[in-house]
Amino acid sequence: MLEIKNISKTFNPGTINEKIVFKDFSLTVNNSEFVTIIGANGAGKSTLFNAIAGAFFTDSGTIELDGKDISLVSEYKRARRIGRLFQDPMLGTAPGMTIEENLTLAAGRGGWFSTLNRHDRERFKETLSELNMGLEDKLTKPVGLLSGGQRQALTLIMATINPPDLLLLDEHTAALDPSTAEKVLEITDRIVRKHSLTCLMVTHNMQSALDFGNRILMMDDGKIVFDSCGEEKKKLKVSDLLILFKKGSGKTLNTDRILLS
Amino acid sequence: MDFASIFTLGQTALELGLISSLTVLALFLSYSMLNVCDLSTDGCFTFGAAVGAVVAISGHPYLSIVAAMCAGMLSGLVTAVLQTRMGINSLLAGIIVNTGLYSVNIAVMGNSSLLNMNRTDTVFTKLKTVLTGTALAAQFKLIIALIAVALVIVFLYFFLKTRLGLAIRATGNNPAMVRSSSINVAMTTTVGLIVSNSFTALSGCLMAQAQKSVNIDIGSGVLTVALASLLIGNAFYSGSRIGLRAVFAVVGAVIFRVVYTLALRFNMPAFMLKLVSSVIVIIAISAPYIRSQIPMIRRRWANRKGGLHA
Repeated sequence: MLEIKNISKTFNPGTINEKIVFKDFSLTVNNSEFVTIIGANGAGKSTLFNAIAGAFFTDSGTIELDGKDISLVSEYKRARRIGRLFQDPMLGTAPGMTIEENLTLAAGRGGWFSTLNRHDRERFKETLSELNMGLEDKLTKPVGLLSGGQRQALTLIMATINPPDLLLLDEHTAALDPSTAEKVLEITDRIVRKHSLTCLMVTHNMQSALDFGNRILMMDDGKIVFDSCGEEKKKLKVSDLLILFKKGSGKTLNTDRILLS
Repeated sequence: MDFASIFTLGQTALELGLISSLTVLALFLSYSMLNVCDLSTDGCFTFGAAVGAVVAISGHPYLSIVAAMCAGMLSGLVTAVLQTRMGINSLLAGIIVNTGLYSVNIAVMGNSSLLNMNRTDTVFTKLKTVLTGTALAAQFKLIIALIAVALVIVFLYFFLKTRLGLAIRATGNNPAMVRSSSINVAMTTTVGLIVSNSFTALSGCLMAQAQKSVNIDIGSGVLTVALASLLIGNAFYSGSRIGLRAVFAVVGAVIFRVVYTLALRFNMPAFMLKLVSSVIVIIAISAPYIRSQIPMIRRRWANRKGGLHA
Protein backbone atom coordinates (compact mmCIF):
# COMPACT_ATOMS: atom_id res chain seq x y z
CA MET A 1 0.00 0.00 0.00
CA LEU A 2 1.24 3.45 -0.92
CA GLU A 3 0.36 6.23 1.50
CA ILE A 4 1.29 9.79 0.61
CA LYS A 5 0.52 12.04 3.55
CA ASN A 6 0.42 15.83 3.25
CA ILE A 7 3.47 16.25 1.06
CA SER A 8 4.52 19.74 -0.02
CA LYS A 9 7.14 20.73 -2.53
CA THR A 10 8.28 24.11 -3.78
CA PHE A 11 10.94 24.33 -6.45
CA ASN A 12 13.40 27.27 -6.43
CA PRO A 13 11.95 28.78 -3.23
CA GLY A 14 12.58 32.49 -2.80
CA THR A 15 13.49 33.11 -6.43
CA ILE A 16 11.59 34.53 -9.36
CA ASN A 17 11.17 30.96 -10.65
CA GLU A 18 9.50 29.78 -7.46
CA LYS A 19 6.96 27.09 -8.22
CA ILE A 20 4.72 25.43 -5.67
CA VAL A 21 3.89 22.03 -7.13
CA PHE A 22 2.34 20.31 -4.13
CA LYS A 23 0.70 21.74 -1.05
CA ASP A 24 -0.56 19.21 1.51
CA PHE A 25 -1.04 16.59 -1.18
CA SER A 26 -2.32 13.23 0.03
CA LEU A 27 -3.08 10.00 -1.80
CA THR A 28 -3.59 6.41 -0.72
CA VAL A 29 -3.29 3.52 -3.15
CA ASN A 30 -4.28 0.07 -1.93
CA ASN A 31 -2.43 -3.11 -2.75
CA SER A 32 -3.13 -4.50 -6.23
CA GLU A 33 -4.83 -1.31 -7.32
CA PHE A 34 -4.08 -0.35 -10.94
CA VAL A 35 -4.56 3.41 -11.08
CA THR A 36 -4.58 5.42 -14.29
CA ILE A 37 -3.77 9.12 -14.02
CA ILE A 38 -4.71 11.82 -16.52
CA GLY A 39 -4.28 15.58 -16.51
CA ALA A 40 -3.02 18.46 -18.61
CA ASN A 41 0.65 19.39 -18.95
CA GLY A 42 2.03 20.80 -15.72
CA ALA A 43 -0.65 19.13 -13.61
CA GLY A 44 2.09 17.49 -11.53
CA LYS A 45 1.77 13.89 -12.72
CA SER A 46 5.44 13.33 -13.45
CA THR A 47 6.44 15.40 -10.42
CA LEU A 48 4.29 13.11 -8.28
CA PHE A 49 6.17 10.11 -9.69
CA ASN A 50 9.50 11.84 -9.09
CA ALA A 51 8.52 12.40 -5.47
CA ILE A 52 7.47 8.77 -5.02
CA ALA A 53 10.57 7.40 -6.77
CA GLY A 54 12.87 9.76 -4.88
CA ALA A 55 14.25 11.89 -7.74
CA PHE A 56 13.84 14.74 -5.23
CA PHE A 57 12.93 14.90 -1.57
CA THR A 58 9.70 16.57 -0.51
CA ASP A 59 9.84 19.63 1.76
CA SER A 60 7.42 18.10 4.26
CA GLY A 61 5.00 15.22 4.66
CA THR A 62 5.70 11.51 4.42
CA ILE A 63 5.58 8.83 1.76
CA GLU A 64 5.02 5.31 3.07
CA LEU A 65 5.24 2.09 1.13
CA ASP A 66 3.69 -0.92 2.93
CA GLY A 67 3.93 0.90 6.22
CA LYS A 68 7.59 1.89 5.86
CA ASP A 69 8.45 5.57 5.63
CA ILE A 70 10.60 6.05 2.50
CA SER A 71 10.51 9.87 2.42
CA LEU A 72 14.23 10.19 3.12
CA VAL A 73 15.46 7.05 1.37
CA SER A 74 17.67 7.76 -1.67
CA GLU A 75 16.42 7.11 -5.17
CA TYR A 76 18.57 4.08 -5.96
CA LYS A 77 17.55 2.37 -2.72
CA ARG A 78 13.85 2.99 -3.35
CA ALA A 79 14.35 1.38 -6.77
CA ARG A 80 14.65 -1.98 -5.04
CA ARG A 81 10.92 -1.79 -4.28
CA ILE A 82 9.67 0.61 -6.94
CA GLY A 83 9.83 -0.13 -10.67
CA ARG A 84 9.58 2.80 -13.06
CA LEU A 85 9.18 3.32 -16.79
CA PHE A 86 9.61 6.62 -18.60
CA GLN A 87 8.23 8.00 -21.83
CA ASP A 88 11.65 7.78 -23.48
CA PRO A 89 12.35 4.12 -24.35
CA MET A 90 16.09 4.91 -24.25
CA LEU A 91 16.12 5.67 -20.53
CA GLY A 92 15.39 2.23 -19.13
CA THR A 93 18.08 0.11 -20.78
CA ALA A 94 21.82 0.21 -21.47
CA PRO A 95 22.10 0.24 -25.29
CA GLY A 96 25.69 -1.00 -25.49
CA MET A 97 24.97 -4.12 -23.48
CA THR A 98 23.17 -7.28 -24.50
CA ILE A 99 19.60 -8.18 -23.52
CA GLU A 100 20.78 -10.83 -21.07
CA GLU A 101 23.30 -8.44 -19.49
CA ASN A 102 20.58 -5.83 -19.01
CA LEU A 103 18.31 -8.43 -17.47
CA THR A 104 21.09 -9.70 -15.18
CA LEU A 105 21.52 -6.23 -13.73
CA ALA A 106 17.79 -5.78 -13.27
CA ALA A 107 17.21 -9.25 -11.83
CA GLY A 108 19.63 -8.40 -9.07
CA ARG A 109 19.85 -11.88 -7.61
CA GLY A 110 23.13 -13.21 -6.29
CA GLY A 111 26.15 -11.30 -5.05
CA TRP A 112 28.32 -8.73 -6.75
CA PHE A 113 30.62 -11.37 -8.16
CA SER A 114 27.93 -13.70 -9.43
CA THR A 115 27.77 -14.30 -13.15
CA LEU A 116 25.00 -15.23 -15.52
CA ASN A 117 24.28 -18.96 -15.42
CA ARG A 118 22.17 -21.38 -17.42
CA HIS A 119 19.37 -21.19 -14.90
CA ASP A 120 19.12 -17.39 -15.28
CA ARG A 121 19.20 -17.69 -19.05
CA GLU A 122 16.29 -20.16 -18.99
CA ARG A 123 14.34 -17.84 -16.72
CA PHE A 124 15.02 -14.84 -18.99
CA LYS A 125 13.97 -16.79 -22.08
CA GLU A 126 10.77 -17.92 -20.46
CA THR A 127 9.87 -14.41 -19.31
CA LEU A 128 10.75 -12.81 -22.65
CA SER A 129 8.78 -15.37 -24.65
CA GLU A 130 5.61 -14.04 -22.99
CA LEU A 131 6.11 -10.82 -24.95
CA ASN A 132 5.76 -12.62 -28.31
CA MET A 133 8.38 -10.30 -29.78
CA GLY A 134 11.04 -12.91 -30.46
CA LEU A 135 13.38 -11.30 -27.92
CA GLU A 136 14.04 -14.69 -26.31
CA ASP A 137 16.17 -15.58 -29.37
CA LYS A 138 18.18 -12.36 -29.18
CA LEU A 139 19.59 -12.66 -25.66
CA THR A 140 23.14 -11.90 -26.79
CA LYS A 141 22.22 -8.98 -29.09
CA PRO A 142 22.93 -5.42 -27.93
CA VAL A 143 19.79 -3.61 -26.75
CA GLY A 144 20.72 -0.65 -28.97
CA LEU A 145 19.59 -2.70 -31.98
CA LEU A 146 16.01 -3.06 -30.73
CA SER A 147 13.07 -0.87 -31.75
CA GLY A 148 11.52 1.59 -29.30
CA GLY A 149 8.59 -0.74 -28.63
CA GLN A 150 10.87 -3.71 -28.01
CA ARG A 151 13.06 -1.65 -25.69
CA GLN A 152 10.05 -0.44 -23.74
CA ALA A 153 8.70 -4.00 -23.44
CA LEU A 154 12.13 -5.14 -22.27
CA THR A 155 12.25 -2.31 -19.72
CA LEU A 156 8.86 -3.47 -18.47
CA ILE A 157 10.20 -7.01 -18.03
CA MET A 158 13.29 -5.62 -16.26
CA ALA A 159 11.14 -3.56 -13.89
CA THR A 160 8.92 -6.52 -13.01
CA ILE A 161 11.24 -9.55 -13.16
CA ASN A 162 11.37 -9.27 -9.39
CA PRO A 163 7.79 -8.07 -8.81
CA PRO A 164 8.10 -4.59 -7.23
CA ASP A 165 5.88 -3.31 -4.42
CA LEU A 166 4.91 -0.44 -6.69
CA LEU A 167 5.14 0.08 -10.45
CA LEU A 168 5.20 3.62 -11.87
CA LEU A 169 4.45 4.01 -15.58
CA ASP A 170 5.05 7.56 -16.79
CA GLU A 171 3.41 7.81 -20.24
CA HIS A 172 5.48 4.80 -21.19
CA THR A 173 3.73 4.33 -24.53
CA ALA A 174 3.59 8.00 -25.61
CA ALA A 175 6.72 7.80 -27.77
CA LEU A 176 5.61 4.65 -29.61
CA ASP A 177 3.57 4.37 -32.77
CA PRO A 178 -0.13 3.61 -32.13
CA SER A 179 -0.09 -0.13 -32.88
CA THR A 180 3.09 -0.72 -30.86
CA ALA A 181 1.70 1.41 -28.06
CA GLU A 182 -1.40 -0.74 -28.00
CA LYS A 183 0.68 -3.90 -27.83
CA VAL A 184 2.88 -2.58 -25.02
CA LEU A 185 -0.24 -1.49 -23.09
CA GLU A 186 -1.76 -4.92 -23.50
CA ILE A 187 1.49 -6.54 -22.24
CA THR A 188 1.53 -4.07 -19.34
CA ASP A 189 -1.99 -5.03 -18.37
CA ARG A 190 -1.14 -8.73 -18.55
CA ILE A 191 1.96 -8.35 -16.35
CA VAL A 192 0.21 -6.15 -13.79
CA ARG A 193 -2.62 -8.68 -13.48
CA LYS A 194 -0.28 -11.67 -13.38
CA HIS A 195 1.67 -10.39 -10.37
CA SER A 196 -1.33 -8.40 -9.06
CA LEU A 197 0.98 -5.38 -8.88
CA THR A 198 0.15 -2.07 -7.30
CA CYS A 199 0.53 0.24 -10.26
CA LEU A 200 0.20 3.92 -11.16
CA MET A 201 0.04 4.72 -14.86
CA VAL A 202 0.10 8.23 -16.32
CA THR A 203 -1.36 8.34 -19.80
CA HIS A 204 -2.27 11.05 -22.29
CA ASN A 205 -4.78 8.77 -23.92
CA MET A 206 -8.18 9.20 -22.23
CA GLN A 207 -9.53 6.01 -23.74
CA SER A 208 -6.72 3.84 -22.38
CA ALA A 209 -7.11 5.57 -19.01
CA LEU A 210 -10.66 4.22 -19.01
CA ASP A 211 -9.90 0.84 -20.60
CA PHE A 212 -7.12 -0.13 -18.20
CA GLY A 213 -6.89 -0.31 -14.45
CA ASN A 214 -9.52 -0.28 -11.74
CA ARG A 215 -9.21 3.32 -10.56
CA ILE A 216 -8.83 6.64 -12.35
CA LEU A 217 -7.39 9.91 -11.04
CA MET A 218 -7.57 13.25 -12.73
CA MET A 219 -4.97 15.81 -11.68
CA ASP A 220 -4.77 19.54 -12.12
CA ASP A 221 -2.40 22.08 -10.63
CA GLY A 222 -0.95 19.66 -8.09
CA LYS A 223 -4.33 18.50 -6.86
CA ILE A 224 -6.54 15.53 -7.49
CA VAL A 225 -9.73 16.90 -9.06
CA PHE A 226 -11.45 13.60 -9.68
CA ASP A 227 -11.06 10.09 -8.29
CA SER A 228 -13.20 7.14 -9.28
CA CYS A 229 -12.92 3.38 -8.94
CA GLY A 230 -14.72 0.08 -9.36
CA GLU A 231 -18.10 -0.11 -11.09
CA GLU A 232 -18.39 3.68 -11.23
CA LYS A 233 -15.16 3.89 -13.26
CA LYS A 234 -16.28 1.15 -15.65
CA LYS A 235 -19.30 3.19 -16.69
CA LEU A 236 -17.31 6.34 -17.49
CA LYS A 237 -16.92 7.61 -21.05
CA VAL A 238 -14.42 10.11 -22.48
CA SER A 239 -17.15 12.76 -22.69
CA ASP A 240 -17.87 12.25 -18.98
CA LEU A 241 -14.20 12.86 -18.18
CA LEU A 242 -14.24 16.23 -19.93
CA ILE A 243 -17.31 17.32 -17.99
CA LEU A 244 -15.90 16.02 -14.71
CA PHE A 245 -12.64 17.83 -15.31
CA LYS A 246 -14.44 21.10 -15.83
CA LYS A 247 -16.46 20.56 -12.69
CA GLY A 248 -13.37 19.69 -10.64
CA SER A 249 -10.93 22.32 -11.85
CA GLY A 250 -13.18 25.10 -13.06
CA LYS A 251 -11.64 25.17 -16.53
CA THR A 252 -11.79 23.16 -19.73
CA LEU A 253 -9.23 20.47 -20.21
CA ASN A 254 -6.41 21.60 -22.44
CA THR A 255 -6.80 18.93 -25.09
CA ASP A 256 -4.11 19.75 -27.63
CA ARG A 257 -1.85 16.98 -26.44
CA ILE A 258 -4.44 14.69 -24.93
CA LEU A 259 -5.88 12.01 -27.14
CA LEU A 260 -9.63 11.76 -26.81
CA SER A 261 -9.95 8.42 -28.49
CA MET B 1 71.33 -2.12 -40.02
CA ASP B 2 71.84 -5.81 -39.39
CA PHE B 3 69.25 -8.34 -38.43
CA ALA B 4 70.37 -8.62 -34.81
CA SER B 5 69.88 -4.93 -34.09
CA ILE B 6 66.49 -4.90 -35.80
CA PHE B 7 65.53 -7.83 -33.61
CA THR B 8 66.71 -6.05 -30.46
CA LEU B 9 64.84 -2.91 -31.42
CA GLY B 10 61.67 -4.89 -32.09
CA GLN B 11 61.99 -6.66 -28.78
CA THR B 12 62.47 -3.42 -26.87
CA ALA B 13 59.46 -1.91 -28.62
CA LEU B 14 57.40 -4.98 -27.71
CA GLU B 15 58.50 -4.85 -24.05
CA LEU B 16 57.76 -1.16 -23.67
CA GLY B 17 54.52 -1.56 -25.61
CA LEU B 18 53.34 -4.35 -23.33
CA ILE B 19 54.28 -2.54 -20.13
CA SER B 20 52.54 0.66 -21.24
CA SER B 21 49.56 -1.39 -22.45
CA LEU B 22 48.70 -1.90 -18.78
CA THR B 23 47.83 1.80 -18.69
CA VAL B 24 45.84 1.30 -21.89
CA LEU B 25 43.89 -1.47 -20.15
CA ALA B 26 43.27 0.91 -17.24
CA LEU B 27 41.82 3.42 -19.69
CA PHE B 28 39.87 0.63 -21.36
CA LEU B 29 38.09 0.23 -18.02
CA SER B 30 37.74 3.90 -17.06
CA TYR B 31 37.37 5.56 -20.48
CA SER B 32 35.67 2.89 -22.62
CA MET B 33 33.61 1.13 -19.96
CA LEU B 34 32.92 3.72 -17.25
CA ASN B 35 32.96 6.68 -19.67
CA VAL B 36 35.15 8.74 -17.33
CA CYS B 37 38.23 10.45 -18.72
CA ASP B 38 40.61 9.99 -15.81
CA LEU B 39 43.05 12.89 -15.99
CA SER B 40 44.91 11.69 -12.90
CA THR B 41 46.50 8.96 -15.05
CA ASP B 42 49.87 10.72 -15.52
CA GLY B 43 50.30 11.36 -11.81
CA CYS B 44 49.11 7.90 -10.87
CA PHE B 45 51.60 6.31 -13.27
CA THR B 46 54.44 8.20 -11.58
CA PHE B 47 52.97 7.41 -8.15
CA GLY B 48 53.12 3.68 -8.93
CA ALA B 49 56.66 4.07 -10.27
CA ALA B 50 57.83 6.02 -7.20
CA VAL B 51 56.22 3.77 -4.59
CA GLY B 52 57.38 0.64 -6.44
CA ALA B 53 60.93 1.97 -6.65
CA VAL B 54 61.13 3.01 -2.99
CA VAL B 55 59.83 -0.38 -1.78
CA ALA B 56 62.15 -2.25 -4.16
CA ILE B 57 65.16 -0.19 -3.06
CA SER B 58 64.32 -1.03 0.55
CA GLY B 59 64.82 -4.68 -0.42
CA HIS B 60 61.37 -6.04 -1.25
CA PRO B 61 61.16 -6.69 -5.01
CA TYR B 62 57.87 -8.61 -4.91
CA LEU B 63 56.19 -6.41 -2.34
CA SER B 64 57.02 -3.41 -4.57
CA ILE B 65 54.45 -4.59 -7.12
CA VAL B 66 51.72 -4.96 -4.48
CA ALA B 67 52.64 -1.62 -2.89
CA ALA B 68 52.51 0.19 -6.24
CA MET B 69 49.08 -1.26 -7.01
CA CYS B 70 47.78 -0.27 -3.57
CA ALA B 71 49.12 3.25 -4.15
CA GLY B 72 47.20 3.33 -7.44
CA MET B 73 44.03 2.17 -5.70
CA LEU B 74 44.38 4.94 -3.14
CA SER B 75 44.84 7.54 -5.87
CA GLY B 76 41.80 6.15 -7.72
CA LEU B 77 39.76 6.25 -4.52
CA VAL B 78 40.59 9.93 -3.97
CA THR B 79 39.70 10.84 -7.57
CA ALA B 80 36.44 8.93 -7.24
CA VAL B 81 35.46 10.44 -3.89
CA LEU B 82 36.08 13.95 -5.25
CA GLN B 83 33.70 13.39 -8.15
CA THR B 84 31.02 11.21 -6.55
CA ARG B 85 30.78 12.56 -3.00
CA MET B 86 32.02 16.14 -3.20
CA GLY B 87 30.37 17.42 -6.35
CA ILE B 88 33.61 18.13 -8.21
CA ASN B 89 33.43 17.74 -11.99
CA SER B 90 35.10 14.49 -13.03
CA LEU B 91 37.70 16.12 -15.30
CA LEU B 92 38.57 18.65 -12.62
CA ALA B 93 38.83 15.90 -9.98
CA GLY B 94 41.43 14.16 -12.15
CA ILE B 95 43.44 17.34 -12.69
CA ILE B 96 43.39 18.18 -8.97
CA VAL B 97 44.62 14.71 -8.00
CA ASN B 98 47.23 14.83 -10.76
CA THR B 99 48.61 18.13 -9.48
CA GLY B 100 48.56 16.98 -5.86
CA LEU B 101 50.36 13.78 -6.76
CA TYR B 102 53.34 15.73 -8.12
CA SER B 103 54.24 16.82 -4.59
CA VAL B 104 53.34 13.43 -3.14
CA ASN B 105 55.60 11.68 -5.65
CA ILE B 106 58.62 13.86 -4.81
CA ALA B 107 57.96 13.26 -1.12
CA VAL B 108 57.74 9.50 -1.70
CA MET B 109 61.06 9.56 -3.52
CA GLY B 110 62.62 11.24 -0.47
CA ASN B 111 62.57 14.88 -1.63
CA SER B 112 64.27 13.92 -4.85
CA SER B 113 63.02 13.95 -8.42
CA LEU B 114 65.19 11.03 -9.48
CA LEU B 115 65.74 7.55 -8.05
CA ASN B 116 68.29 5.12 -9.37
CA MET B 117 67.73 1.36 -9.25
CA ASN B 118 70.93 0.20 -10.94
CA ARG B 119 71.87 -2.08 -8.09
CA THR B 120 68.37 -2.79 -6.84
CA ASP B 121 66.74 -6.20 -6.83
CA THR B 122 63.52 -6.02 -8.83
CA VAL B 123 61.19 -8.65 -10.32
CA PHE B 124 63.19 -8.23 -13.52
CA THR B 125 66.59 -8.95 -11.95
CA LYS B 126 65.05 -11.90 -10.04
CA LEU B 127 63.81 -13.51 -13.24
CA LYS B 128 67.05 -12.67 -15.03
CA THR B 129 68.99 -14.63 -12.39
CA VAL B 130 66.62 -17.58 -12.72
CA LEU B 131 66.88 -17.63 -16.50
CA THR B 132 70.67 -17.22 -16.75
CA GLY B 133 72.12 -19.83 -19.06
CA THR B 134 68.78 -20.81 -20.63
CA ALA B 135 67.58 -19.95 -24.13
CA LEU B 136 65.19 -17.35 -22.70
CA ALA B 137 67.88 -15.42 -20.83
CA ALA B 138 67.49 -12.29 -22.95
CA GLN B 139 63.70 -12.35 -22.79
CA PHE B 140 63.24 -11.77 -19.06
CA LYS B 141 61.63 -8.35 -19.49
CA LEU B 142 59.31 -9.61 -22.19
CA ILE B 143 58.20 -12.56 -20.04
CA ILE B 144 57.30 -10.38 -17.05
CA ALA B 145 55.46 -7.88 -19.25
CA LEU B 146 53.55 -10.71 -20.94
CA ILE B 147 52.58 -12.28 -17.61
CA ALA B 148 51.36 -8.95 -16.22
CA VAL B 149 49.33 -8.16 -19.35
CA ALA B 150 47.84 -11.67 -19.49
CA LEU B 151 46.82 -11.54 -15.82
CA VAL B 152 45.17 -8.14 -16.23
CA ILE B 153 43.28 -9.21 -19.37
CA VAL B 154 42.07 -12.43 -17.74
CA PHE B 155 41.01 -10.45 -14.67
CA LEU B 156 39.14 -7.88 -16.78
CA TYR B 157 37.50 -10.63 -18.85
CA PHE B 158 35.99 -12.29 -15.80
CA PHE B 159 35.44 -9.12 -13.78
CA LEU B 160 33.39 -7.41 -16.49
CA LYS B 161 31.09 -10.43 -16.65
CA THR B 162 30.19 -10.31 -12.96
CA ARG B 163 27.22 -8.32 -11.78
CA LEU B 164 29.58 -5.65 -10.45
CA GLY B 165 31.40 -5.51 -13.78
CA LEU B 166 28.10 -5.26 -15.67
CA ALA B 167 27.03 -2.46 -13.34
CA ILE B 168 30.27 -0.60 -14.11
CA ARG B 169 29.70 -1.00 -17.86
CA ALA B 170 26.09 0.13 -17.51
CA THR B 171 27.21 3.20 -15.53
CA GLY B 172 29.15 4.35 -18.58
CA ASN B 173 26.26 3.40 -20.84
CA ASN B 174 23.16 4.67 -19.04
CA PRO B 175 23.48 5.77 -15.39
CA ALA B 176 19.69 6.22 -15.10
CA MET B 177 19.22 2.54 -15.81
CA VAL B 178 21.79 1.62 -13.16
CA ARG B 179 19.96 3.69 -10.56
CA SER B 180 16.65 2.06 -11.46
CA SER B 181 18.31 -1.33 -10.96
CA SER B 182 18.86 -0.15 -7.38
CA ILE B 183 22.62 0.18 -7.80
CA ASN B 184 24.50 3.19 -6.50
CA VAL B 185 26.27 4.92 -9.39
CA ALA B 186 28.73 6.52 -6.95
CA MET B 187 29.75 3.03 -5.83
CA THR B 188 30.27 1.62 -9.34
CA THR B 189 32.27 4.71 -10.38
CA THR B 190 34.45 4.37 -7.28
CA VAL B 191 35.15 0.67 -7.77
CA GLY B 192 35.89 1.23 -11.47
CA LEU B 193 38.40 4.01 -10.79
CA ILE B 194 40.10 2.09 -7.97
CA VAL B 195 40.64 -0.95 -10.21
CA SER B 196 41.73 1.07 -13.26
CA ASN B 197 44.20 3.16 -11.27
CA SER B 198 45.77 0.04 -9.78
CA PHE B 199 46.62 -1.03 -13.35
CA THR B 200 48.03 2.41 -14.17
CA ALA B 201 50.26 2.27 -11.09
CA LEU B 202 51.35 -1.29 -11.94
CA SER B 203 52.27 -0.04 -15.39
CA GLY B 204 54.36 2.78 -13.89
CA CYS B 205 56.03 0.44 -11.41
CA LEU B 206 57.09 -2.05 -14.09
CA MET B 207 58.21 0.71 -16.46
CA ALA B 208 60.47 2.20 -13.78
CA GLN B 209 61.92 -1.17 -12.81
CA ALA B 210 62.49 -2.14 -16.44
CA GLN B 211 64.52 1.02 -17.09
CA LYS B 212 66.08 0.90 -13.60
CA SER B 213 65.22 4.46 -12.66
CA VAL B 214 62.34 6.75 -11.81
CA ASN B 215 62.21 10.32 -12.93
CA ILE B 216 59.44 12.65 -11.71
CA ASP B 217 58.52 13.15 -15.39
CA ILE B 218 58.16 9.43 -16.14
CA GLY B 219 54.38 9.75 -16.29
CA SER B 220 54.01 12.97 -18.22
CA GLY B 221 51.91 12.47 -21.33
CA VAL B 222 51.16 8.85 -20.49
CA LEU B 223 47.39 9.49 -20.65
CA THR B 224 47.49 10.81 -24.21
CA VAL B 225 49.83 8.06 -25.41
CA ALA B 226 47.58 5.42 -23.81
CA LEU B 227 44.47 7.04 -25.26
CA ALA B 228 46.09 7.01 -28.71
CA SER B 229 46.92 3.31 -28.26
CA LEU B 230 43.39 2.53 -27.12
CA LEU B 231 41.91 4.27 -30.16
CA ILE B 232 44.33 2.49 -32.51
CA GLY B 233 43.13 -0.78 -30.99
CA ASN B 234 39.50 0.31 -31.40
CA ALA B 235 40.13 0.89 -35.09
CA PHE B 236 40.85 -2.84 -35.46
CA TYR B 237 38.03 -4.14 -33.30
CA SER B 238 35.23 -2.34 -31.51
CA GLY B 239 32.63 -5.12 -31.37
CA SER B 240 30.76 -6.38 -28.36
CA ARG B 241 33.21 -9.06 -27.19
CA ILE B 242 34.88 -7.56 -24.15
CA GLY B 243 37.86 -9.91 -24.00
CA LEU B 244 38.72 -9.27 -27.62
CA ARG B 245 38.44 -5.51 -27.14
CA ALA B 246 40.92 -5.71 -24.25
CA VAL B 247 43.32 -7.76 -26.38
CA PHE B 248 43.12 -5.18 -29.16
CA ALA B 249 43.76 -2.39 -26.67
CA VAL B 250 47.09 -4.12 -26.00
CA VAL B 251 47.68 -4.61 -29.73
CA GLY B 252 47.11 -0.87 -30.16
CA ALA B 253 49.74 -0.10 -27.53
CA VAL B 254 52.29 -2.38 -29.20
CA ILE B 255 51.57 -0.93 -32.66
CA PHE B 256 52.03 2.57 -31.26
CA ARG B 257 55.41 1.61 -29.78
CA VAL B 258 56.59 -0.13 -32.95
CA VAL B 259 55.61 2.81 -35.15
CA TYR B 260 57.29 5.18 -32.71
CA THR B 261 60.47 3.10 -32.74
CA LEU B 262 60.47 3.04 -36.54
CA ALA B 263 59.97 6.79 -36.64
CA LEU B 264 62.99 7.20 -34.36
CA ARG B 265 65.02 5.04 -36.75
CA PHE B 266 64.11 7.44 -39.53
CA ASN B 267 65.54 10.25 -37.42
CA MET B 268 62.37 11.63 -35.90
CA PRO B 269 63.56 13.40 -32.74
CA ALA B 270 62.43 11.64 -29.54
CA PHE B 271 60.70 14.75 -28.24
CA MET B 272 58.13 14.44 -31.02
CA LEU B 273 56.48 11.45 -29.29
CA LYS B 274 53.93 13.53 -27.43
CA LEU B 275 52.95 15.66 -30.39
CA VAL B 276 52.44 12.52 -32.47
CA SER B 277 50.29 10.94 -29.78
CA SER B 278 48.22 14.13 -29.47
CA VAL B 279 47.62 14.19 -33.21
CA ILE B 280 46.58 10.52 -33.21
CA VAL B 281 44.07 11.15 -30.41
CA ILE B 282 42.70 14.23 -32.21
CA ILE B 283 42.27 12.33 -35.48
CA ALA B 284 40.76 9.24 -33.88
CA ILE B 285 38.20 11.13 -31.79
CA SER B 286 37.29 13.82 -34.32
CA ALA B 287 37.12 11.64 -37.44
CA PRO B 288 33.60 10.25 -36.85
CA TYR B 289 32.29 13.75 -36.10
CA ILE B 290 33.93 15.34 -39.11
CA ARG B 291 32.74 12.48 -41.33
CA SER B 292 29.17 13.13 -40.18
CA GLN B 293 29.54 16.82 -41.12
CA ILE B 294 30.83 16.19 -44.65
CA PRO B 295 27.41 15.97 -46.39
CA MET B 296 26.40 19.29 -44.84
CA ILE B 297 29.69 20.94 -45.83
CA ARG B 298 29.24 19.64 -49.39
CA ARG B 299 25.73 21.09 -49.58
CA ARG B 300 26.94 24.44 -48.32
CA TRP B 301 29.72 24.44 -50.92
CA ALA B 302 27.31 23.53 -53.68
CA ASN B 303 24.96 26.28 -52.55
CA ARG B 304 27.72 28.86 -52.48
CA LYS B 305 28.85 27.94 -56.00
CA GLY B 306 25.29 28.02 -57.26
CA GLY B 307 24.84 31.39 -55.58
CA LEU B 308 27.87 32.89 -57.34
CA HIS B 309 26.77 31.84 -60.78
CA ALA B 310 23.17 32.80 -60.32
